[in-house]
Amino acid sequence: MVLVLALGDLHIPHRAPDLPPKFKSMLVPGKIQHIICTGNLCIKEVHDYLKSLCPDMHVTRGEYDEDSRYLETKTLTIGQFKLGICHGHQVIPWGDLDSLAMLQRQLDVDILVTGHTHQFKAYKHEGGVVINPGSATGAYSSITYDVNPSFVLMDIDGLRVVVYVYELIDGEVKVDKIDFKKTATTNSAH
Amino acid sequence: MVERAEDEEKWLAAGIAGLQQNAFYMHRALDSNNLRDALKYSAQMLSELRTSRLSPHKYYELYMRAFDELRKLEMFFKEEARRGCSIIDLYELVQHAGNILPRLYLLCTVGSVYIKSKEAPAKDVLKDLVEMCRGIQHPVRGLFLRSYLSQVSRDKLPDIGSEYEGDADTVVDAVEFLLQNFTEMNKLWVRMQHQGPAREKEKREKERSELRDLVGKNLHVLGQLEGVDLDMYKETVLPRVLEQVVNCKDEIAQFYLMDCIIQVFPDEYHLQTLETLLGACPQLQPSVDIKTVLSQLMERLSNYAASSAEVLPEFLQVEAFSKLSNAIWKVIEAQVDMPIFGAVTLYSSLLTFTLHVHPDRLDYVDQVLGACVTKLSSAGKLEDSKSTKQIVALLSAPLEKYNDIVTVLKLSNYPRVMEYLDNRTNKVMAIVIIQSIMKNKTCIATAEKVEALFELIKGLIKDLDGDLHDELDDEDFKEEQNSVARLIQMLYSDDPDEMLQIICAVRKHFLTGGPQRLPYTIPPLVFSSLKLIRKLQGQDENVVGEEASASPKKIFQLLNQTIEALSVVPASELALRLYLQCAEAANDCDLEPVAYEFFTQAYILYEEEIADSKAQVTALHLIVGTLQRMHVFGVENRDTLTHKATGYSAKLLKKPDQCRAVYACSHLFWVDDQDSIRDGERVLLCLKRALRIANAAQQMANVTRGSSGSATLFVEILNK
Repeated sequence: MVLVLALGDLHIPHRAPDLPPKFKSMLVPGKIQHIICTGNLCIKEVHDYLKSLCPDMHVTRGEYDEDSRYLETKTLTIGQFKLGICHGHQVIPWGDLDSLAMLQRQLDVDILVTGHTHQFKAYKHEGGVVINPGSATGAYSSITYDVNPSFVLMDIDGLRVVVYVYELIDGEVKVDKIDFKKTATTNSAH
Repeated sequence: MVERAEDEEKWLAAGIAGLQQNAFYMHRALDSNNLRDALKYSAQMLSELRTSRLSPHKYYELYMRAFDELRKLEMFFKEEARRGCSIIDLYELVQHAGNILPRLYLLCTVGSVYIKSKEAPAKDVLKDLVEMCRGIQHPVRGLFLRSYLSQVSRDKLPDIGSEYEGDADTVVDAVEFLLQNFTEMNKLWVRMQHQGPAREKEKREKERSELRDLVGKNLHVLGQLEGVDLDMYKETVLPRVLEQVVNCKDEIAQFYLMDCIIQVFPDEYHLQTLETLLGACPQLQPSVDIKTVLSQLMERLSNYAASSAEVLPEFLQVEAFSKLSNAIWKVIEAQVDMPIFGAVTLYSSLLTFTLHVHPDRLDYVDQVLGACVTKLSSAGKLEDSKSTKQIVALLSAPLEKYNDIVTVLKLSNYPRVMEYLDNRTNKVMAIVIIQSIMKNKTCIATAEKVEALFELIKGLIKDLDGDLHDELDDEDFKEEQNSVARLIQMLYSDDPDEMLQIICAVRKHFLTGGPQRLPYTIPPLVFSSLKLIRKLQGQDENVVGEEASASPKKIFQLLNQTIEALSVVPASELALRLYLQCAEAANDCDLEPVAYEFFTQAYILYEEEIADSKAQVTALHLIVGTLQRMHVFGVENRDTLTHKATGYSAKLLKKPDQCRAVYACSHLFWVDDQDSIRDGERVLLCLKRALRIANAAQQMANVTRGSSGSATLFVEILNK
């Protein structure tokens, strides 16, 4: 049972002062094994805070990020799953499922995590999963009106991953759960 | 000096030896019921205490051994009394001892048994003893003797409810006894100061300090008497004690005893006698550290107030605040040489007191700050770190108490105090203020309050006079400015007009910040404004015909000018992103010319300022992505913009980047949810162009590296 936290688009300090206190109290160091961050943190303080929750942190570059050393895309393997991360402003049209699916095939991953639209989405698509954890602070977005703060916690267990999405709606944290099972795939040749 | 110490050890050893030897004989005599001999040996034993050679510390050791032996003697006397021996006779007998000091010790011992036997009223015996002790005028010996008297009489005082209370004996007598003993002891103690040569003053003062608890003990006992109620304290005890304190004119005694009084007696007594107590303060020696005394008093009273809400009306009744602030004022006036640090400490204690006792009286709090300002104005800007730390503590206290910056903003003297801090500390204080706001999530909702707030934190917003840039650490500066950025999120009002005022005020201040600050401060301001625009969008239907002062158009104008300011930094990449954000917002408001203008600005920046290839790629992604979502443009405008975008894409440096950008542009010609934009031909054109570039890329790659990396490009295009 491996816990992976996926979040992004915090936009601290430009669009939000801090994570919502209810989220902060839930995110306790030591419980999570990996952190995946889609980008737009934007400052070092936030990076350090996330690092304190879990040392194994993977970040990709968002267009407002202060640190230019983050990569545009990143892939990693956790258990039986291959995960890919990308902020998403590079994929045009923004939020388009087909284009994102293209990126997924390109990176050859089972789970693709992207952001930029500040809206939570989770699709099952051709044997894989595309997840957008939304904005963890509920930051303003030109794409989405009325952004609710949200983040995603994935529980990877063998060939199965349970995706928990936490959303802050009207001051209350609501949790939803989605199940995905990976079919044992064989490597397809071109 | 070392010789003295060694000698002292020798004398002490000799004294103890002598004492123990006589004690041995005394016990032998007691065992054989030989009273005369016992008394003879006990007197000899006590003679060891007649020495003048020992320091108080060593004398105490000798005294303790004698004390133990006397306890055993007392037990014997008690036995004798029970067996019928007359106490009065015993009392006579011991007075035949040759030397006065042993005589008095023995007398006290017998006196203790005498009182216990109740053959005479306690008050008579006590009076006799306390008078007789006057026979010893040597400070150290006298102090110990009276201390002995105090110790043996302790449980025999005619207090209320004690067995020694009678018609003739009341607590008044007990009080009288204690006060007298106290007065005499203090006199002896003070006399020590003037004994001996001037060069040994430091040593004497140290010795005095070792003895002070002996004197203070009397006050402790007084404090513990049941019969000493508020009235007795007010009428008798306090006036007599203060009289002695003031008249002895000794700095060490005054400081110690004032402190003792404050610690020993209950806080409610202090409240009711505040005037008397404070009245004594100006009469003390000028060298007494009166500020510590007053601070102690105020601290105790603050804690008392905090302990329960019921006591608060008492404070109002006695007008504690005005008495204390007057007293402080007088002290500061009187002691002209008091350093600033001292004065600030006093005001700090008073402020804490006020916050605990009268938290709702902002005018009191303001008064204290005002008095502080008056004192500071005579000193100019502060340089020493102790004072500045104290002032920071002073200013932080209201923040912590009220947890609401809005309340603190009402204190008119608050910013004035800040004026006297040096620049660095000013910034530190500003950060403290911001942290308080963030921690409490206080929302600041009017432009007026924002102005007041910015006045306080102006050290962070712009360079103050005399600022030296090289002093500032890079990291610190970033943190500072990020704090300011976060602060902006807390400035919010539901009323759009008010919100616009707030934005204008903030903008005005930020533009004075200089190029280094703008990249940190402008973005949050822009987003705040965009949020307001979105809100106004929702309200648009309701505002019909009214000349609304807050309209999206106006705000966009402001935004344009604000982002322009970034050009002096220069921060072109940031500015480009902000222009595109604004364009999208304009799109949502259906303001075509405004959106076009923003795009133009963005394009200009791209052409003129953004030269780095990686930056170009990202910028182009953003441009194309934004443009793809635009629905407000008419055909001509859209054409121009798309044409330009495609052109930029083709001119990117690296072929793969070019290719990718061009096929991304293909989306500009076909937007699924907008029927007007479905130009299949142009899409095809784009893709073909992309194909050509990919070919070229592959050829190049084959020439230089012979790899098949570009096959991916074909795949990508295929996917599209």
